[in-house]
Amino acid sequence: MNDVIVVGAGVAGLTAAVRLAESGARVLVLAKGVGATHLSAGTIDVLGYAPERVASPREALGPFIAGHPEHPYARVGVEGIEAALGWFTARLPYVGSLDENLLLPTAVGVPRPSAVVPETMAAGDLRGGGDPVAVVGFRASKDFHPALMADGLTRLAGVPARALVCSALPEDRVDANGLAFARAFEDAAFRERVVTEVAGQLRAGERVAFPAVLGVTRPVWAEVAERLGRPVFEVPTLPPSVPGMRVFGALRDALRRAGGRLRLNNVVVGAERSGARVSALRVRVGLREETLRADWFVLASGGVASGGIALDSRWRVHETALGVPVHGAPDGERFSPDYFASHPMSTVGVAVDGELRPLGDGGERWADNVLVAGATLAGAVPWKEKSGDGISLATGFAAAGLVLGKPTKEVVA
Amino acid sequence: MTDVLGELLMRDSLDHCVKCTICETFCPVSNVTPLFPGPKYVGPQAERYRSDDAPSPDESLDYCSGCGICTQVCPQGVHVAEINTQARAKLRERTGFKLRDRLIARPTVAGALGTPVAPLANWALGNPVLRLALEKTIGLHRNAPMPIYAGRTFQRWARRRDPVTAERRVAFFHGCGTNYYEPRLGEMTVALLEHNGIAVEIPKQGCCGLPLQSNGMFDDARAYVHRLAASLAPYARAGVDIVGTSTSCTLMLKREALEILGLGDDPELRIVSERIYDICEYLLALHDRGELRDDFKPVPETVVYHAPCQQQGHGIGKPAIELLALIPELTVHESRANCCGVAGTYGLKAEKYQIAMDVGAGLFRQVADTASDRSVCDSETCRWQIAKATDVPSVHPVEMLYRASGLG
Repeated sequence: MNDVIVVGAGVAGLTAAVRLAESGARVLVLAKGVGATHLSAGTIDVLGYAPERVASPREALGPFIAGHPEHPYARVGVEGIEAALGWFTARLPYVGSLDENLLLPTAVGVPRPSAVVPETMAAGDLRGGGDPVAVVGFRASKDFHPALMADGLTRLAGVPARALVCSALPEDRVDANGLAFARAFEDAAFRERVVTEVAGQLRAGERVAFPAVLGVTRPVWAEVAERLGRPVFEVPTLPPSVPGMRVFGALRDALRRAGGRLRLNNVVVGAERSGARVSALRVRVGLREETLRADWFVLASGGVASGGIALDSRWRVHETALGVPVHGAPDGERFSPDYFASHPMSTVGVAVDGELRPLGDGGERWADNVLVAGATLAGAVPWKEKSGDGISLATGFAAAGLVLGKPTKEVVA
Repeated sequence: MTDVLGELLMRDSLDHCVKCTICETFCPVSNVTPLFPGPKYVGPQAERYRSDDAPSPDESLDYCSGCGICTQVCPQGVHVAEINTQARAKLRERTGFKLRDRLIARPTVAGALGTPVAPLANWALGNPVLRLALEKTIGLHRNAPMPIYAGRTFQRWARRRDPVTAERRVAFFHGCGTNYYEPRLGEMTVALLEHNGIAVEIPKQGCCGLPLQSNGMFDDARAYVHRLAASLAPYARAGVDIVGTSTSCTLMLKREALEILGLGDDPELRIVSERIYDICEYLLALHDRGELRDDFKPVPETVVYHAPCQQQGHGIGKPAIELLALIPELTVHESRANCCGVAGTYGLKAEKYQIAMDVGAGLFRQVADTASDRSVCDSETCRWQIAKATDVPSVHPVEMLYRASGLG
């Protein structure tokens, strides 16, 4: 039997599942497929814009939460976010904290605020300018263009930068995408060729940017930095995102070690209720439907992009797994004419109370033993706030804490 | 139902592909060879250019091993592997079937021919000169793992046994591997089920058609499925669960034949597909209900458990891991590999043997590195591949449970 069933295998679902399994709970994760980790930059962005660029998430979160009482962060509080970050950085090689955002360059050289980042990216920090950057790209790579990034760094971040094009090519790869290069970097001979070619072209005082392809499962970033004798940093690229793959791999392995179980190709199609509780989920497994029981359920199936929330052609919005009521669908204007504005539709999701329990249409608690985490939650505009994985991590961590009887706002790591 | 399975769920699912490339990151074949450009390219992308009256724009899909990992990890529900298997069959219909593929796709024929002359057949299959000749003439790789004929069939044992009667019954779908090569596995399965108070019926049965399906011979595969479904359906109709020890063959009846061969409107297959269980899935369900005897004796061994790709295709997690965890003093290392490489008949072919060995390399290393007494795996072709590559015996999870139950 299951103590807890978690729906979704992204950052929110896996964080909840790992924390629960490590605490001794019998956890089953159900997912339609692998989650959005593979498509993410791999950074934990907590709060980047509110709406101006945020220098210190710790200082900005108080006023932000006060001004956004329906935001997921209002449910977990600054303490809850901090506890989740502490839990995460104890398990994965990440650096940073709530105190200050780093400013990491994107692949086009735009500074992007992020609180907790892979150690492989930290040397890219653009706060206060910093050392000039040599951007290394690969002749065959179609997903990362060093001249474009160098130009952006110079013009937009005011950091002198230039492009170095490396001729090394992964052998026996049809598609020279980031993954092919990352796999090639796990081979010592390939690393040697790259390091030799790059080292000869570096100038004094330069730090070195690489696309985030320095090894998949065995990051070789430290070795490359040591060989080049200067700071080296990775820059997230187009999917498949190698830093995102590392996050998925680390959380999946932690779940496995803790005895948790993951079932893919399991589509949750409904919930069976018993009074104020959900007793079981109806799950489509292949051509069959199974009824899976548990004491607790964590809903972390994602938002519109992941299919956790669906919008049909009659403008009806629904949560696709358990059928939990969805809040925030606007009656009037749904989208703004300005593409990059906050659209009225964008905060649609499942509304929850202070203990992450979903609310019914009338604002009453929908079920006592269901908790909601991640992008399924209403009230956030993650792509504007730069808050996506921060929300997923903090609410996934908090959901596990609530199941374990450790209310979020009181927990410290 | 054919329409829904054949079009809406299958080919049309390619319209759900958002090109996220998640399948590409998990594909074990494209990771080791440029001959297969990856499931996204060969699947949902190339499928747009394939039609009934035009040849496939390229033949790289022949290098898909059919392991199905792409379908499992796809977050959008695209049936990547199933689309590719159907497309490969159309390609083969056009190019013709190799003699080798016709041979290895019919395990019942090979089994029936070899069993009466088992010592001779085993000698021949183990003879390097003859194997080299086979490679040169028909393209069966000289080092490809071959099963060893038992010289007797499980069906013959089944006909002579004294069945136990009990209120709870199951029908046992043992498959060709057990019948011709591993009859002991069948006997152990029966003993384990009876030990748990379950009466076992053993219907007469043939091949599930999976090797024919994998090799593109869909019409012959459908005939096999119809025949097998007809022999199992009476049990399902009477409310008797069907359990299978060959996880790939069980998956064939549970899902693949309906989806890939488009047999969703065969009423006998449908009722079988609703009542058939992988043996470990069935035993774990018993355990969850408190109905499995779990007074297991210690087995002080170290094993690597590998969940075969086809087992993962069931979507039931890894029940064997949970069952093995019930055995005292047994140390179980879980394989990190999604596939051992052989993928049924793929790794037997001369042009694909090395790819299959490269796919399985990590798993083989893990078996060696953990100084395992044996590897444990739910599929026979995978066991033969892993045992051959590692020189470490490979057994079905049932064998571990059988020993831990004090049955032998």
